[in-house]
Amino acid sequence: MKIVAVTSCPTGIAHTYMAAEALEQAAKDAGHEIQVETQGAAGAEAVPDAAIADADAVVFAADVEVRNRERFAGKPLVQTSVKRAINDASGLIAEAEAAARTGSAGGVMAGAAAEAQESAAMETAARPETKVDQGAGLGTRLRQWLMTGVSYMIPFVAAGGILIALAFLIGGPQVANKVNGGTFEGTEYQAVTDMSKLIVQAGYAGLMFKIGAVAFSMLVPILAGFIAYAMGDRPALVAGIVGGLIAVEISAGFLGGLAAGLLAGAIVMWIKRIKVPRGVAGIMPVVVIPLVSTLVVGALMLVVIGQPIAALQSGLTDWLEGLSGSNAILLGIILGLMMAFDMGGPVNKVAYAFGLAALASGNLKIMAAVMAAGMTPPLGLALATVVRKNLFTKAERQAGEAAWLLGASFITEGAIPFAAADPLRVIPALMVGSAVTGALVMGFGDESRAPHGGIWVVGLISKPFLWVLAILIGMVVTAAGVILLKSTGAKETDIEPAASRQATTA
Amino acid sequence: MADLITPDLVDLDLTQTERGEATRALAERLQAAGRVTDLEQFLADVRAREAQMPTGIEGGIGIPHCRSVAVTEPTLGFGRSTQGIDWGAADGPAHLIFLIAAPEGGGAEHMGILAKLARKLIHPSFRDSLHQAPDAEAVVSLVNKEVLGQ
Repeated sequence: MKIVAVTSCPTGIAHTYMAAEALEQAAKDAGHEIQVETQGAAGAEAVPDAAIADADAVVFAADVEVRNRERFAGKPLVQTSVKRAINDASGLIAEAEAAARTGSAGGVMAGAAAEAQESAAMETAARPETKVDQGAGLGTRLRQWLMTGVSYMIPFVAAGGILIALAFLIGGPQVANKVNGGTFEGTEYQAVTDMSKLIVQAGYAGLMFKIGAVAFSMLVPILAGFIAYAMGDRPALVAGIVGGLIAVEISAGFLGGLAAGLLAGAIVMWIKRIKVPRGVAGIMPVVVIPLVSTLVVGALMLVVIGQPIAALQSGLTDWLEGLSGSNAILLGIILGLMMAFDMGGPVNKVAYAFGLAALASGNLKIMAAVMAAGMTPPLGLALATVVRKNLFTKAERQAGEAAWLLGASFITEGAIPFAAADPLRVIPALMVGSAVTGALVMGFGDESRAPHGGIWVVGLISKPFLWVLAILIGMVVTAAGVILLKSTGAKETDIEPAASRQATTA
Repeated sequence: MADLITPDLVDLDLTQTERGEATRALAERLQAAGRVTDLEQFLADVRAREAQMPTGIEGGIGIPHCRSVAVTEPTLGFGRSTQGIDWGAADGPAHLIFLIAAPEGGGAEHMGILAKLARKLIHPSFRDSLHQAPDAEAVVSLVNKEVLGQ
């Protein structure tokens, strides 16, 4: 009989290996072949997929979560504590024999694997679901890196976005101004500076808005951090997160975050290849790599990327002002393109600020176009995930469910998970859809008296039916574009990293 | 890399009867040898691991261990107790105590040696030899021979 086993324990330096040794001895004594994967501190050498495929039974002797257990899906399983394997390995081997005979003692059914099987036939359970397949080509690995970052970011998008949307629903769209200050419908609000007065000044809706806003402020750092983590493991996390925070600081948006994460990961991967003296090797992962990579990434982000972005923003602002007298529909197209380009990044911010400035000076048309164009990216993607489920990963489909509410609330960030995972195909589609909506709204001549709020401020928008029609058309165009681009030459879209991979070798 | 174990890290006559005290006695040897920089930090890390699940295994073995920032070198402290110390194993107290100290963030090479040591602990012959070792030097040479192949 052939057995594969995984052993793991909290510290990963003693019991993991004792259990492995005990199992190997017991299997040998019973005349079986066994391959043990020790998920311990000395690094786990993964059992080859071929060995798993051949195995008659699987033994998990683990006190902590078995990493990448999806690989073993469908196999007869005996699962126990690591100590049981040490104390009674031969009994365990006998149980494995029994499990193999009866075909399945429950069988390995990991959460992620179970979902994969239930949701899409093409996501075969036997496919390796490691975080990043080291043997794959650069394109595949790049996508897996990005997807890892995205999968960690999605809960932040969902939690933060839904809190903000609910705050709008409960407290009215002016809640944003009650918290952050500014003018809404002619009323001037003071920003809340003393958080102990948050509820007094802005109410419970304001509290929700604030919490949502804080969660949103972590989108880019988390994205960048976990892209870096996927590439360079734990030592890379700090450089990625700090790079992401700086991307926020310099208004570089999620594209800046992508750059920071990839940069941090690449630097760490490179440092790891340097041979260092033994005395230094011990402090490399905890001190040297985090220190050097964070310094380099931080400096590059602040010095090399920060300046051009500031210049870009002021250039774009001047350009838009020059255009404002010309053709309204052309302006709508340009504003739409800009809103969808980076969803909260520098280009988007210029377009939105242009709308705000116009609103303040009494031109209400621009804001109607800007808001509508900012709503179609999440809405279009949400529609696409429903129409063509199999073009999206499980994580993306879940993000799609939240994206309906986020899009309707003019929270363009709801589209970031999709754009970050596959920027070259998703962003152009979003831009086209938003451009269509922007042009239509300008053509219809809608006016908006509200600077935010999405569908919830439809009462403050003139010709609301035409405005909604423009959004619906843009939504369909966006979805069609995404589906079209993702269907062409996108054979890799079904790659889904194991987002729940244990962060540490316990 | 320094030796995994030296004679002054061996106590063949542990008098303590309680897990924490016995661990402390061995840990003090590690500290005296310069392998542990901060005794209390190290003991706290060992306790944290022990609290997750006692490290005793059947056959009279206790394996307190941790990865800690207070550890400079992968180190084995060894203690033998005639009366036995309860280490949480179902079949009775532990007579052979292995205190395994791993540096936090230790490289694969370090961890590989400790992994080899852990594998050896399973073998009855290794345990028997340790029971019979006449002095600290004998324990050291036994470990070196079995784990490092020297």
